[in-house]
Amino acid sequence: MRLVFSILTDALAYGMVLFIISIGLSIMMGLMRVVNLAHGAFAMIGGYLASYALRDLGMHYSVAILIAVVGTILVSIPFEILLYRRIYRNSDPLMQVLMTIGITFLIIGVVNFVFGPTLKSIPLPPLLNGPLDIGFRSLPTHRLFVIACGLVTALSLWLLIEKTEFGIKLRAAVDHSNMADALGIRTEVIYAATFALAIGLGAFGGVVGAEILPIEPFYALRYMVTFLVVVSVGGAGSIVGALSASMLLGLADTTGKYLAPEFGEFFFYLAVIGIVFVFPHGLFGKSHA
Amino acid sequence: MSDVVMNQVPARRSLPFAQEAFSALAIAGLGAIGYFLFPEDLAFLTRLIGIAFLVLSLCLVTGYCGIATLGHAALFGVAAYAVGIACIRGLTDPIALLGVGIVTGALMGLISGALITRFRALPQLVLSIAIGQLVAGLANKLSWLTGGSDGLSGITPGKVFGIFSFDLYSRTAFLLSMSLLIIVFVLLQRLVNSPFGLMCRAIKDDDLRAKMIGVSIYPRLVLMYGIAGAVAGVGGALTAMSTGVVGLDSVSFERSAEVLVMLVLGGAGHLWGALAGAIVFLIFEHIVAAANPFHWMTMVGLLLILIVVFAPRGLIEPLLSQISRLRQPGSAA
Repeated sequence: MRLVFSILTDALAYGMVLFIISIGLSIMMGLMRVVNLAHGAFAMIGGYLASYALRDLGMHYSVAILIAVVGTILVSIPFEILLYRRIYRNSDPLMQVLMTIGITFLIIGVVNFVFGPTLKSIPLPPLLNGPLDIGFRSLPTHRLFVIACGLVTALSLWLLIEKTEFGIKLRAAVDHSNMADALGIRTEVIYAATFALAIGLGAFGGVVGAEILPIEPFYALRYMVTFLVVVSVGGAGSIVGALSASMLLGLADTTGKYLAPEFGEFFFYLAVIGIVFVFPHGLFGKSHA
Repeated sequence: MSDVVMNQVPARRSLPFAQEAFSALAIAGLGAIGYFLFPEDLAFLTRLIGIAFLVLSLCLVTGYCGIATLGHAALFGVAAYAVGIACIRGLTDPIALLGVGIVTGALMGLISGALITRFRALPQLVLSIAIGQLVAGLANKLSWLTGGSDGLSGITPGKVFGIFSFDLYSRTAFLLSMSLLIIVFVLLQRLVNSPFGLMCRAIKDDDLRAKMIGVSIYPRLVLMYGIAGAVAGVGGALTAMSTGVVGLDSVSFERSAEVLVMLVLGGAGHLWGALAGAIVFLIFEHIVAAANPFHWMTMVGLLLILIVVFAPRGLIEPLLSQISRLRQPGSAA
């Protein structure tokens, strides 16, 4: 019972981290059809910035998160203007893969040159450190914080996309970009804003999830595949899809690590092959003809 | 792209085998330069040729069929492991080992091709990654068979044809790899200019149109994947025999990404481009490898971005169009 409980908590927290980081990638792939393998690299920048703000500048945890998100978005702007605009929409996936791998390598090299190639810790504030007693059992507070962050992110994204004018325009641009253009919706602005949103979410997830996916020099490469898998299993552009895929894969991975540590990875990818083969557009994805 | 296809169709009668002979001589010439000018670096050059087979194999799949894959090292790695395991279990004849590599590579190619070519775009990419990771995971976990993270070592193949033994300076390995490269390259040149190869190009350019003129796409792509697997298998077998070790790096995601970079650097869709990309990239890596790995990553990243922005069709394409422009006035006269 105790084992089941701790597996479930860990799986939920891990799944939420995957969700917060991957949902940005999912929105971007659903909207702009860019296979952005560099998404993890931006999450890594967020982590490094937060670590720098916390340890070297002595900032408060919440300020550090803000610095990480805003700083990463600022860093990403030149990439968007100079590089990503070339590969939005009708570009060859091979070129997208190559350019974003190139961006990943570049970011890994530069970030490690600037901040040093050691593992960066993100010290937690006393409020989030230690266990929290919830009546019949005590849980690590940080896990609960991560889960709460994931839920809040999912809810506010849902509100943003379903209930606001921006969301309406965004959905119009996803479904028929030429028609949206013709109706006077400025799709480049929508694209730029969505790019910033996606990168910001990635950075946020990188910082919040640093306890579970530690910030280290090869972070961007190590988790590149995982984030892409979450998106393709869930279906690009779907919040429900990303959430369920994150939970599913988080559960599969955590259970595997607890119960059969020697074969966790193997069953994970076997499951991915099975799911992608049966649902090529993901569990909740729409096919873009 | 259609103009490129047109160029591949011989416009007039020419000497039979002239193109093949030219390729064979050119590669032999390059090999001779390597052999006589850099006798100290033959081990590196042998490794380069091994990887060049993998890039050629990727060229068949990506350059001629338009399949984006990030798991291609699986074909190479499976063959290398098969050769290593066979050699340790007592099969030491190099030619037989080569056969083992080719057969396993081709089988692996057929299996992964059957899965990957069913889809296009993102699902295809994710399936290729997942297959690559699956193979890497198996290589890591089946340690009783593959040695796990220590890899396989102590692969000591016997003498080639019972005469030439593998020596410390990799002379035999280099010459063997070189002759195989010439044979395989000439065969591949035949293949890509055959009706089958041209049809694969047609599928790459516009698969809907190809379907409409009555081509069944799926079996052709799977077959091409099988051939690519055999070519990758040659590379895997040679690398396993010449280095004597097979490690996890031969199936890693990084290896898959690296060969894709080499292919696009040279120019996807040209066998010469694949070869040139492998040579340029690996020599560049060999020279910079001593530096800090992060400087190395920055350089490769920058190189990649520059290629995608400024020369998306690789280095060989402008060169070839230059050559054909030089030849154009001559043939018109």
